Amino acid sequence: MVEAAGVKSGDTLLALAAQFGGLSLIAFGGANALIPEIRHQSVDVHRWMTDQDFAALYAIAQACPGPNFLVSTLVGWKAAGLAGALVATAAMCGPSCLLTFWVAKAWDRYRETEWRAAVGGGLAPVTVGFVFASAFVLVRAADANWRLAAVSLLSAALAYFTKLNPVWWLLGAGAIGAFGVFGR
Amino acid sequence: MTPAPTPRQLFVAFFQVAISGFGGTLPFARRMLVDKRAWLTPDDFTETLSLCQSLPGPNIVNMSIVVGARSAGALGSLCAFAGLVGAPVLIIITMGALYSRFSDVPQVRGALLGLGAAASGLLAATAVRTAEPLLRSRWKVAAPFVIAGFVGIVVLGAPLPYVLLALAPLSIAVSWWWKRRA
Repeated sequence: MVEAAGVKSGDTLLALAAQFGGLSLIAFGGANALIPEIRHQSVDVHRWMTDQDFAALYAIAQACPGPNFLVSTLVGWKAAGLAGALVATAAMCGPSCLLTFWVAKAWDRYRETEWRAAVGGGLAPVTVGFVFASAFVLVRAADANWRLAAVSLLSAALAYFTKLNPVWWLLGAGAIGAFGVFGR
Repeated sequence: MTPAPTPRQLFVAFFQVAISGFGGTLPFARRMLVDKRAWLTPDDFTETLSLCQSLPGPNIVNMSIVVGARSAGALGSLCAFAGLVGAPVLIIITMGALYSRFSDVPQVRGALLGLGAAASGLLAATAVRTAEPLLRSRWKVAAPFVIAGFVGIVVLGAPLPYVLLALAPLSIAVSWWWKRRA
């Protein structure tokens, strides 16, 4: 893999800013619902990385502390190095943060209004559908063989049925994988 | 209620939330803002969270903006946000650099295969968890939109903004009608 830092043109930075800046304002529930779109743009449209790269970057973001938009930071890094990481992060956070700041100021006036409840209640099921789509897309990219499919299944079961901190079994699966159990 | 926090206190508190929260920072935010620092009452927290959930962006990021704005204006928001995302962004960039350097090493590739499979399974569980309360309380009006969102992306392969634009107005209208009726 060739190091990307510092050699990309301004076009890549502009593309990153446009992509994540646009997604920022529709990121209801954060980046998890946007995974299919981010993958499509990064892999199919701009060809910044392969499908396997994307799955790996998502996995790294999950294993690190912090909010779920960090996958966009990594995509920016992969596409255009440090500048790309910073541009993607700023674009992903900027618009939604400005909107939130503005709404927070006006919020108390609309505290209990019916339209707000209707907007929230209406967006929720669509967002949940997107999160399912994100999970589907990632599982499809990650599960290249039955062993990996078994890991996904076990991970889902642990997350669903226990209150353990997921970082332990994420790192566990990584450690087992380092021995070549899942291929390389 | 304790006095309103200063920008510096906001930075420190959200920094601590960020570095303790793996995979989900909200429980840590609650512990910090409600239990430890008492900047918000439990009701304030729930109310603020519902505001944050109905806006785009990660809930915890929005919460840093709202709590910061209420206590110390724009500077408060900026400090809370910087505290929350500063360390994670540095960590993730370091990891990205390590990945570009070592992604050809077989052990690293193998580890990432395992990690990727586990992470995708985790998200599947998150999807089910988020869907449950919705489907339990109003499955008749919610389920069609959950399915339509999934089908639009996965089966039709349509770009997400279009699917959202197509479904959201209808879903919001139905939700409005449902609340009126109830």
